Amino acid sequence: MSKLKVAFQLNDKDVALSVDPNDTLLDVLRGQLNLTGTKKGCGKGECGACTVILDGEAVNACLIPIMKVMGRSVQTIEGIGDEKNLHPLQEAFIDKGAIQCGYCTPGMIMSSKALLDKTKSPTQSEIREAIAGNICRCTGYVKIEEAVQAAAEKMRDS
Amino acid sequence: MLKDYLLPASVDEALQNLQAYSGKAAIIAGGTDIMVNMAEGKVSPEALIDISRIGEFKQIEEEGEFIKLGAGVTHTQAARSPLIREKALVLAQACREVGSLQIRNVGTLVGNVVSAQPAADAAVALVALEAIAEIADLQGKREEPVEELYAGIGACKVDCRSQLVTALRFKALSPNQGSAFKRLAKRKALALPMLNVAVVLSLKEGAFEWVRIVMAPVGPGPVRATASENILAGASVSPEIIEKAAAAAREQAAPRDSALRGSAAYRRDVLKVLVRRALQDAVSQAGGSL
Ligand SMILES: Cc1cc2nc3c(=O)[nH]c(=O)nc-3n(C[C@H](O)[C@H](O)[C@H](O)COP(=O)(O)OP(=O)(O)OC[C@H]3O[C@@H](n4cnc5c(N)ncnc54)[C@H](O)[C@@H]3O)c2cc1C
Ligand code: FES
Ligand code: FES
Repeated sequence: MSKLKVAFQLNDKDVALSVDPNDTLLDVLRGQLNLTGTKKGCGKGECGACTVILDGEAVNACLIPIMKVMGRSVQTIEGIGDEKNLHPLQEAFIDKGAIQCGYCTPGMIMSSKALLDKTKSPTQSEIREAIAGNICRCTGYVKIEEAVQAAAEKMRDS
Repeated sequence: MLKDYLLPASVDEALQNLQAYSGKAAIIAGGTDIMVNMAEGKVSPEALIDISRIGEFKQIEEEGEFIKLGAGVTHTQAARSPLIREKALVLAQACREVGSLQIRNVGTLVGNVVSAQPAADAAVALVALEAIAEIADLQGKREEPVEELYAGIGACKVDCRSQLVTALRFKALSPNQGSAFKRLAKRKALALPMLNVAVVLSLKEGAFEWVRIVMAPVGPGPVRATASENILAGASVSPEIIEKAAAAAREQAAPRDSALRGSAAYRRDVLKVLVRRALQDAVSQAGGSL
């Protein structure tokens, strides 16, 4: 198997890797870098479980060939907070009961973060547009919408 | 299996890459179609040539009476562009309907055209705008209407082994013109269009100067509702004539019964409603009254 070299920013750090060009960004995050916070649902763009932020925009990591991120900046759920320092979105998802099984949660949070990074006071329809590509089989979405609003409020206040 | 992945910085470099692989490489723009096709084994290029680093491809510009979109323009860019929202609303509306935000953030309008699916949302709107595709190869440049690029379901006349679409171009609408896009789908995101309709029209002294109506999927590619267009051309604007044109679209369309998209009978009935609503919206945008 021919390997290629790729260099990019991952959660604000430079990484340089030798990769199989057939791998997707999702394959490399989970298989090569052990960043398993980003989930694989459908593998074809239809569920949003694999959502990461690429140069400020939410994208499906399962549809991005790894070489496409050359020189670009990728943010994953691991890069936005940890157990001691939760991101306001992570806190709000817990507080509002917007998590049940949790499988969709990293993707939901990354989609929401891409929105809040640009839009301080999102409307309900902006929130819905941002998370419409993220399927949740458990919560019914209402609590997720509430959590995004609550996080937006908290981020405006801080 | 891929052996290489190229990131050319210019059109010339991309064309040379294509030639070097003599048919064994494929272009990738956003990748939302080709990645799925590769995963399903429908295509298996030896190399991907990624055109996302070609700077000029990102531009949306007004050039005289035309609006020009580079081949890298994404659905998100088009849906949010103030220029397109003002002077080609049908296209902004169509691009807003594609997939989900994640898909729109990377998927391109040109990729949508080249993939040549029968109800590709952006392509249907581009046909209504009579958009022209600029196509380059190592010999030079040519232009072809988007409508004529369809060569059957999933087949495009652009020869991806040696040619690159570099831009799309269409006339900006003036204040006496209007446009609208309407769509039927099972849900508001990530749902295949069961029907879509794009209308672009021009009014003059209370009458229709010309009207272009495109409907899909009712044939292998976008279909012009010519009978409806002819009923409207030259006629005074009225609810009755719009109803008559919508009914003619229903008669002309020949959708198939489809397990995914619904029965032919249902879709023909809804088609009439979508054509009527699109005409009403476009008329009011053009300053007409109903
Ligand atoms: C989950 C999901 C949902 C979707 N929903 C919709 C939807 O609702 N409506 C809809 O219309 N589509 C939908 N699509 C299809 C797809 O997203 C669109 O067709 C998109 O516009 C394709 O653009 P791309 O840049 O991603 O194309 P790519 O996959 O990069 O390319 C597609 C094809 O075009 C060729 N190509 C690309 N650019 C050029 C160029 N400049 N010159 C020559 N050849 C070129 C490629 O070689 C390839 O054959 C969906 C896809 C997915 C995965
Ligand atoms: S795993 Fe990527 S969208 Fe489902
Ligand atoms: S919490 Fe289970 S899928 Fe969303």
